Amino acid sequence: MSDHPMIELRQGILGAGETRISQISLTIPSGAYAVLLGPTGCGKTTLLETIAGLQPLHGGSLMINGEDMARRDPADRGIGYVPQDGALFLTMTVRQQLVFALRIRRRTIAEQEQRLEELASQLALRSLLDRRPHELSGGERQRVALGRALASKPPLLLLDEPLSSLDDETREAMQVVLAEVYSANSSTILHVTHREEEAQALSSLIIRFDSVLSAGS
Amino acid sequence: MNSRVRGQWFLGGLGFLAGLYALLILGLLVADVGFTSWDECWIALQSDAIRHSIALSFISCTLAALLSLVVAVPAGYLLARFRFPGSRLLDALFDIPIVLPPLVIGLSLLILFQTAAGQFFEEHVMEMTYELPGVVLAQFVVACAFAVRTMRLCFDSIDPRPEQVARTLGCTRAQAFFRVTLPEARGGIIAAGSLAFARALGEFGPILVFSGATRMKTEVLPTTVFLELSVGNLQAALAVSLLMVLAAISVLVLARMFGMRGGLL
Repeated sequence: MSDHPMIELRQGILGAGETRISQISLTIPSGAYAVLLGPTGCGKTTLLETIAGLQPLHGGSLMINGEDMARRDPADRGIGYVPQDGALFLTMTVRQQLVFALRIRRRTIAEQEQRLEELASQLALRSLLDRRPHELSGGERQRVALGRALASKPPLLLLDEPLSSLDDETREAMQVVLAEVYSANSSTILHVTHREEEAQALSSLIIRFDSVLSAGS
Repeated sequence: MNSRVRGQWFLGGLGFLAGLYALLILGLLVADVGFTSWDECWIALQSDAIRHSIALSFISCTLAALLSLVVAVPAGYLLARFRFPGSRLLDALFDIPIVLPPLVIGLSLLILFQTAAGQFFEEHVMEMTYELPGVVLAQFVVACAFAVRTMRLCFDSIDPRPEQVARTLGCTRAQAFFRVTLPEARGGIIAAGSLAFARALGEFGPILVFSGATRMKTEVLPTTVFLELSVGNLQAALAVSLLMVLAAISVLVLARMFGMRGGLL
């Protein structure tokens, strides 16, 4: 495990207009399964998108895995991102989604096939490989989104309320999948949610959003 | 009168008004078809001038539709996804060709190519005024505005999140656009292209003013209807009109098949 934190956000100013958040600081140690807990609409998604590079950081500093990432493109941050609704690519099959990151990185067909096999096995997706998103259930969609994010083995996985749109039974099954993914991969995970029980069940580190705000001020 | 009966009267009134308009449209089409026969249409379509006009219309409208897509896809995407200084002004500017009187567009084109820049373009790049490229340009000016509007609606309806996810997976902005968003916009592109083609096909005023109505040269289908009517050849005008009706209905069916019902179609 490396000696620097996976995420180190200091005095961050993020968001715009009414969603602007100032003086936010957050440190996630390398190798942790961290859950950021806060009520709906408090700015958790804005924070996650800023770490992913999808929203600008207006002030402060952001280090990911020891490197200054404040101005870097999302593609260069070494992250896997799973948004709330999965946001699958509507025109692609599950197989195409799972190898997408590897194709972009011009990995060989053999490497793609090997990783596809690993992900299909780990996330129980083998029977779904030729389906498109509209042919999947909510839990299946989330598993595909997770597999797509994990494909290139990113050191940091960002999960934005990945279980919130699932029914109770599927949510429990998905929690097991997330725990397995965490133990099987060497990724650090930052998972945001508003559900206390989800945080208790999964995390090695619970961070409350209001403490993140007060830590920065 | 109880509330259930009042409700039925209300819905009946709405249906009556909508039905009147539907009847008017159907009446127009049925009257056109009933006024002529296939034999008379066939005879009219044997004319060299009309065949030239059909060919020129098909080629120029295809070019105008393709050019419209080249502009409309990026313009629609930019307007749907980004807010930048002047974006609302640009959005409104793209609507001007839709609301301007067609003759004014033709006159404006004519004047544009009388300016120093226009003259330079005609001398060194391509002759436009009263020439074939001018026909395509006149069609493009209006058709493109409709294509931009359609593509804007299309990109508005596409969730930006998959494109953002693609960027976290290693894509540049361009890769995310071409690999994720553009394939999702396929239906909108077909609808925008079809609509641009249909608008170009019906374009008359700007072509008449900017390109003239020279037989076997700049004569397109609406020009043919105008020329045949002006010499009293109603059957030929009707035959060409029916051809345009057929093309318009085909475009409507094509665009609706690709799910742009909520847009301009």
